[in-house]
Amino acid sequence: MTYVRPKFRHPELKKNKLGYTVSYYEGALSTLCAGCGHDSISAAIVQACYDLDIEPHKVAKLSGIGCSSKTPAYFLSNSHGFNSVHGRMPSVATGANLANRELKYIGISGDGDSASIGMGQFVHVIRRNLNMLYIVMNNGCYGLTKGQDSATADPGSKNKTGHVNTFQSIDLSSLAIELGATFVAQSFSGDKKQLVPLIKAAMKHTGFAFINVISPCVTFNNNVGSTKSYDYVREHVEATGTIDFVPEMKEITTDYAEGTMEHVVMHDGSIIELHKLAQGWDPHSRISAMNAVQLAKAKNEILTGLLYMEHESQELHDMLGTTEKPLNTLGKDVLCPGAAKLRELNATLR
Amino acid sequence: MPAGNSNVNDFVVRFANVNGTGSASANFLFTKSIFRMGIPVTPKNIFPSNIQGLPTWYEVRVSEKGYLGRREGIDLMVCVNPQSMMQDVKSVKKGGYFLYDSTKKLHDEFIRDDIHYIGIPLMEMCNREFTDPRQRQLFKNIIYVGALCGLLDIEVGVFEDLFKEQFKGKEKLIAPNMKSLQMGIDYVKENFKCPLDIRVERRDLVKDAIMIDGNSACGLGAVYGGATVAAWYPITPSTSVAEAFNDYAEEYRIDPQTGKKNYAIVQAEDELAAMGMVIGAGWNGARAFTATSGPGVSLMNEFLGLAYFAEVPAVLIDVQRAGPSTGMPTRVQQSDIMEAAYASHGDTKHVLVIPSTPKECFEMTADAFDLAEQLQTPIMVMTDLDLGMNDHVSPPFEWDDNRNYHRGKVLTAELLEHMPKFGRYLDVDGDGIPYRTYPGTHPTKGAFFTRGTSRDEYAVYTEDAAAYQRNMDRLMVKWETAKTMVHAPELYQHKNHHGCGIIFFGTSKYAAEEAMELLKEQGVHLDAMRIKAFPFNSAVQQFIDAHDKIFVVEQNRDAQMKSLLMIELGINPEKLVSVLNYDGMPITADTIQAQIKNNLSGNK
Repeated sequence: MTYVRPKFRHPELKKNKLGYTVSYYEGALSTLCAGCGHDSISAAIVQACYDLDIEPHKVAKLSGIGCSSKTPAYFLSNSHGFNSVHGRMPSVATGANLANRELKYIGISGDGDSASIGMGQFVHVIRRNLNMLYIVMNNGCYGLTKGQDSATADPGSKNKTGHVNTFQSIDLSSLAIELGATFVAQSFSGDKKQLVPLIKAAMKHTGFAFINVISPCVTFNNNVGSTKSYDYVREHVEATGTIDFVPEMKEITTDYAEGTMEHVVMHDGSIIELHKLAQGWDPHSRISAMNAVQLAKAKNEILTGLLYMEHESQELHDMLGTTEKPLNTLGKDVLCPGAAKLRELNATLR
Repeated sequence: MPAGNSNVNDFVVRFANVNGTGSASANFLFTKSIFRMGIPVTPKNIFPSNIQGLPTWYEVRVSEKGYLGRREGIDLMVCVNPQSMMQDVKSVKKGGYFLYDSTKKLHDEFIRDDIHYIGIPLMEMCNREFTDPRQRQLFKNIIYVGALCGLLDIEVGVFEDLFKEQFKGKEKLIAPNMKSLQMGIDYVKENFKCPLDIRVERRDLVKDAIMIDGNSACGLGAVYGGATVAAWYPITPSTSVAEAFNDYAEEYRIDPQTGKKNYAIVQAEDELAAMGMVIGAGWNGARAFTATSGPGVSLMNEFLGLAYFAEVPAVLIDVQRAGPSTGMPTRVQQSDIMEAAYASHGDTKHVLVIPSTPKECFEMTADAFDLAEQLQTPIMVMTDLDLGMNDHVSPPFEWDDNRNYHRGKVLTAELLEHMPKFGRYLDVDGDGIPYRTYPGTHPTKGAFFTRGTSRDEYAVYTEDAAAYQRNMDRLMVKWETAKTMVHAPELYQHKNHHGCGIIFFGTSKYAAEEAMELLKEQGVHLDAMRIKAFPFNSAVQQFIDAHDKIFVVEQNRDAQMKSLLMIELGINPEKLVSVLNYDGMPITADTIQAQIKNNLSGNK
């Protein structure tokens, strides 16, 4: 493991519309284990933000505690980051978003952080349809405390010490669909081709976009018998379809046969090209999405890809009726009613 | 004549009601009528943790001398709750009055020969006059207020005005209310000698004072202080802070063009999330607050530690109630002092401000937002149930239109552009307060990683012993700076005169001031100081140093403020004598003077 990232970059490295190279979107050198799935997800976030021409400083990245929650340090070094407390990222993200609705919010969490200690906040941030991308880097174990089973470990899954989990697992994707999340996807850290467009679509979504990414823990949960190992996931992964993200104003070209292709137009005019593989699955129907996940589960498959999305949804600010201007930009002139109003009020209290 | 007769404008009326029967508005009407007569008055709700059915009391002290603390001894009991009648009969002072519903004959066991009975057939009168059951209930309350109007000699015109104001836009309701009031007046005038020896006489003592509860004042203070994000979880006795913020914001903070809100309120899933939202908003440059009580502060401890260590502004209004655990949710105490001062694990210290009046609730809440951003740390406004949920006579609210919000050390894009290197935790000015940036300020400069883990001056994670310690020491420098910025104590004398002093804070103010008067009449003179903030301003140390013995008045069992004084100022415990009240009822002057006299006589 090296502690110094070489500064050298190819002089003709491609630049995006903003004139930034992809390296501008990177972060500090990862201190996670070599081969950790989480690093692949960080790389996918870097790629997606570069491709979407996002100003990194207009992104806020937040996390809880755990291996996954360390990753915001490893991407978008020009964004403000907040590594908060265990399981409480959703509330911090909620407050941050209320203060400034113009930034993009990326929340990074893990299976311990979201499915155990932070379950309450995870559930409630979904209810509020907070406008953010919420990624769970799901490895079925507590890496930072040396491999204890997490609440997403499947029953029957064996960890490195040989311990077999007997408890039911919490399926965060199904839960998110059930709770009314307006964008739900599932992916695998080893499938960058799928993950990058999913992140792009999620970042363009208005409302709560959830991506549950199976991200194997190479150190504690990559053994034979684990249902979250690289080998197991590769063998059991089943995609709902292939997905491509087309920014607005770009001509759509497709190789797929008509009928299986769907163009989903996002809020800002960009388009998701969806090539459906799963039978009878409608990504705009919550029931159909639930069904597809459950059917895959019954066949011991891990369904990946876009699971469900809602076109138009009311995000938290819409529901609260807050002003379009970021609240953190409002000054005394708008916020303080002044002395005259206070005198009027005093008069009513006599 | 009035000056010589101590029963004029000097008595306590207690109402015994059933929770949820509309008695609160009738009782407040009575209080307000005394206030409108120009006489200082202080009401206390003594209510159960219940929505409907259990006994509830409302106690009103009328005091020509302006004593606004609670006083023991009931001069007139208005008993409209059969459940609590035995207890209510017993609680009347010798020679006092017991007003009851005489529709049914009073059983012998309720008869005392040392008090006067005023029987009024409330139910019978109501049933005769009104047919609707809800109306019967509500107007029964107004009839007993009418009876008091006659018995205590309150001007009828005062009620007429109050009804007109209350029912603006619903004028139809004025007539039946006036009629019920008159029924009460007529009945007592026909059947009893009116007025009683306890009675009111118009005065001009309240001047421009207002009457409001502390929670409303805190909510208003948050609006004036520029709060834009409020996150809260319902808990007695703080709920009405969030509700008041909502009400005032709806009135003052709607954009006239768009109709959109210039604020956001979220009812969180729990206190943990409420505090998390406040911290997220504060980190992102909005003024944010939460309101809670002791149990909520317990849950918020983890986040308070984060905000202290990561240096994020936050405002928390703690309306204290009787603990520990669920304790007595509807009773008062000042028992969160230690919990708040050192909330969370590790070496933490927090800034507290302690209001005593609604005016101070308003001002200190608004000030808390300045302090939070200037000091980049949580500020807790330590109010309590008595102040928060009871109406208090208070000096009017004031606001200086020239006052600006002090947003603290925040770097703009322009400043960042011309800076060599930004260090989030670098003590540039030597006051322990570093500079911060809001997310989204500058494309390449000013971004940093906020964390609860240790880091160096440039916000880079480190486990380096020296860097960690430098940071902890800088936080102490900031703590010293805070001492110069928080509210100075109120001193009751220009120069110290006596060997003995008395220290009090929060709602103990009322009873302590009265106790000082009572003691003075008995030749016991004390210098006095009211603490308004923690960390202690240098004036606190000076006051203690200047006296041989200090009485510390507080409403908790463990003498928490005394402990803080000992810990933070190194005061010899021998010097500090605790005067405590922790039964959940607001402290009285009698309690304070008795404990002080007891100590002084024991030492003689």
